[in-house]
Amino acid sequence: MNPALTTGKYLAIAGYVGFAMFPLFWLLKIAVTPDKLVFTEGTALWPSAMTLDNFRRVLTQTDFLSYFTNSLIVSLSTAAVTTMIAAAAGYAFSRFHFRGKPVIIAVMLVTQMFPLLMIIAPIYSIIAKLGLLNSLSSLIIVYTAFNIPFATFLMQSFFDGIPGDLEEAAMIDGCSRFQALRKVIFPLTLPGLGATLGFVFTAAWSELLFALMLISSNDTMTFPVGLLTFVSKFSVDWGQMMAAGVMALVPSCLFFLFIQRYLVQGLTSGAVKG
Amino acid sequence: MSRKAPGEIRARRSFYWRYVLEPYFYLAPAILLIAGVMVVPLVIGISYSFQSVRLLRPGGGFVGLENYLDLWSDRKFWIALENTFVWTIGSISFQFLLGLGLALLLNTRFHGKRLIQSLVFLPWAVPTFLSALAWAWLFNPTIGPLPHWLTAMGILGEPQNILGDPELAIWGPIVANIWFGIPFFAITLLAALQSIPAELYEAAEIDGASPWQRFTKITLPFLAPMIAITVMLRTIWIANFADLIFVMTGGGPANSTQILSTYIFTTAFKKLDFGYASAIAVALLILLLIYAAILLVLRRRLVKI
Amino acid sequence: MARMDLRNIAKRYGPVEVMRNIDLAIEDGEFIVLVGPSGCGKSTLLRMIAGLEPISEGEFLIDGQRMNEVAPRDRDIAMVFQSYALYPHMDVARNMGFSMEIRGADAGEKQSKVAEAARTLGLTALTKRLPKALSGGQRQRVAMGRAIVRDPKAFLFDEPLSNLDAALRVEMRLEIARLHQRLKATMVYVTHDQVEALTLADRIVVLDSGNIQQVGTPLELYERPANRFVAQFIGSPTMNVLDVTPAEGGITLRNGTTIGFSPAVPAAIPAVAQLGIRPEHLDIADPDGASMVGVADVVEHLGSDTNIYVQVEGIGPLMLRQHGHLPLRPNERIGLTIPADRMHLFDAEGIALR
Repeated sequence: MNPALTTGKYLAIAGYVGFAMFPLFWLLKIAVTPDKLVFTEGTALWPSAMTLDNFRRVLTQTDFLSYFTNSLIVSLSTAAVTTMIAAAAGYAFSRFHFRGKPVIIAVMLVTQMFPLLMIIAPIYSIIAKLGLLNSLSSLIIVYTAFNIPFATFLMQSFFDGIPGDLEEAAMIDGCSRFQALRKVIFPLTLPGLGATLGFVFTAAWSELLFALMLISSNDTMTFPVGLLTFVSKFSVDWGQMMAAGVMALVPSCLFFLFIQRYLVQGLTSGAVKG
Repeated sequence: MSRKAPGEIRARRSFYWRYVLEPYFYLAPAILLIAGVMVVPLVIGISYSFQSVRLLRPGGGFVGLENYLDLWSDRKFWIALENTFVWTIGSISFQFLLGLGLALLLNTRFHGKRLIQSLVFLPWAVPTFLSALAWAWLFNPTIGPLPHWLTAMGILGEPQNILGDPELAIWGPIVANIWFGIPFFAITLLAALQSIPAELYEAAEIDGASPWQRFTKITLPFLAPMIAITVMLRTIWIANFADLIFVMTGGGPANSTQILSTYIFTTAFKKLDFGYASAIAVALLILLLIYAAILLVLRRRLVKI
Repeated sequence: MARMDLRNIAKRYGPVEVMRNIDLAIEDGEFIVLVGPSGCGKSTLLRMIAGLEPISEGEFLIDGQRMNEVAPRDRDIAMVFQSYALYPHMDVARNMGFSMEIRGADAGEKQSKVAEAARTLGLTALTKRLPKALSGGQRQRVAMGRAIVRDPKAFLFDEPLSNLDAALRVEMRLEIARLHQRLKATMVYVTHDQVEALTLADRIVVLDSGNIQQVGTPLELYERPANRFVAQFIGSPTMNVLDVTPAEGGITLRNGTTIGFSPAVPAAIPAVAQLGIRPEHLDIADPDGASMVGVADVVEHLGSDTNIYVQVEGIGPLMLRQHGHLPLRPNERIGLTIPADRMHLFDAEGIALR
């Protein structure tokens, strides 16, 4: 290949990597900058001294550990419940033909298109009437419902990849449908279950607006709500905010590495999921 | 066939249960949750738009089209509508073009591709509130480098925060959205690129096509269906996407970054005026439906298949 | 061991009827082959026997017991799938022993049965492998081993050889024939390959567009096809079919030649009729005095046989197959005669006239 073109290509790649990583790099950079250097070296590419003080103070002197735990509880529960429900629904879509199927699929697709914010007020009223405001379980229920359509399509695509012959063979070998599921289909769909778990976790971990609406007590704040409250209250303690941000990034990155192989399937099967 | 043992009838029933009801058994939890948490609230939400529902001022009740009439004369609504177009078109066009470029790059061979791919796709996994905060901080002249760089390049007169400038503020969230959305297009388009059979390129090369001709005559037509569906769905998604703007600017300054979805949220969340928020939401829903209808008609006109 | 009865079975998908009036009695220990072109419903029929598809109408019995509502697991049958359907996450031994595992059979008994099946099929060295580490032929054997270990009343095969290459297909065909001789079990075998049907079957069921066309032994189908479809489907190369008109004591070909019947005169010949003659039954004759004259178009020398495509004057293309080597060159003029005792006659609907 033409050397000028090759150079251009590598420059373009470097440009993309730089653009993608820069904000995250900056987050990390400010987080490890000692307080007294933030303003003097605020715009330098790397601080002259490094410290983990900000992390230590975030963990010991603020409520971030509690926010973090709340978020973890909400995201993990949402991911687990959603994946179970979506696996059952995806299995039905993949293996059965029945009359209501096109209608149910259409409704699920529509729920991915209309502005979710449209239902934020009614949901608030319903949750308030049930006395579930400021509870993590209300968030889990709402997030589970939001993620079911997408997770169902994702699980369906995984089930579609497992030949129907296999469970028919198992049923002839003496399994009930449930036994065939447990002994043959389930072990084969473990990667799919894992990927769905990862996608839903990532989505639940970053949800902000509904959490903001439904949670106002400090004890039950999830990470995004807590961080935003912190930002508006102590908007000058940059180091701590960024340290908290870096910590919020960690679970996302871990799950991202975990689901990377399934990104294409995940992004195309829901077709609309961010 | 007239005389049957009771057991046989039972066997028959369970048999039909198996074929007719079994899928619903698996679907029931999903259907119940979606109906309870999404469909029912959607209907309630539409009914709210004809009522006065203000948590701070109890009472109210059915008010007919009053909310919609207010909307018609609400200057903020029209500003938000205009901003929605700027926000959506600005975000989607850059996301798409840069995403296509990235997909084309990743479809070639180079060293360390796996690592590079993970790095450039990572923004997709960053929680949106964190993306918003990170970019807000980057635009802050105290701790972010961007104002200084923009000044050095002569784009800004002095290192100021563009998020505080009504003329420029909307570009802050748009840049953050581009950053966040490139991976989506890159990933889906890369998948489509990889499904193009290599023989086609070889055949075209033998037929004497130049690289540019190969791109326009093979690559683009093959990508077209994927481009159409992703752009269409993504447009709707971005128009609904309020998180970035809400965190970065809260719709300000002076409503210069207020889009319809943030307007819905702030009306519901800060003013607790659920009736009016629902009216805005219905308006947004109608706009999106019109958009989808236009697309469907265009598709029927343009696609001959 | 099992006797199966299919009584007036029909299959519908919604309003679309894909199969009707299926009546068939399968004797204990019989090897039945369901054959037909793709889309004829043969696999659907097999899946209804297995219990994988509901039967829309009619009754299916095994040993006199109604099976329509019985789950596949309780029908006591084994099935070999076209895709083999081996469990990818289980090794060969566990694949073969899975049915006993499900029934909670004694571990020692299971092991000895699996080992025995593996030995019969030459799989002993492979029992610890996963299916993905096996060749196509080995996978096919494991699928058969799984059916053997199941020790069922009946074996069902759904195009089991169609994913194998030609040489392996012949080998596995023999293997299945031996299996049947050894186990004397009832077997129902689906294929679109008439050679498999003719070589394996005690009786063949020819299906087309959801109807049974004919049931009979391979020789019956070859010699006395019930209609033109069966006549052309069974036998290779395909039977020639010519339009004919009735004549005094015989029929007249389109080129004007009349062929007399001898010895038997079939029922009255309708005004529109067709004559079928197998390529191997056409005789070569001197062009003078032959009933048909034509020019050899393409000549295929197969060694044991010679296939000749002939353009016949006033009739069109015909195919001729002669045993042994025939030193014939393209464009050579040859005469053909039709032996009257080898003729098949069909009416306008394609039903054989006898």
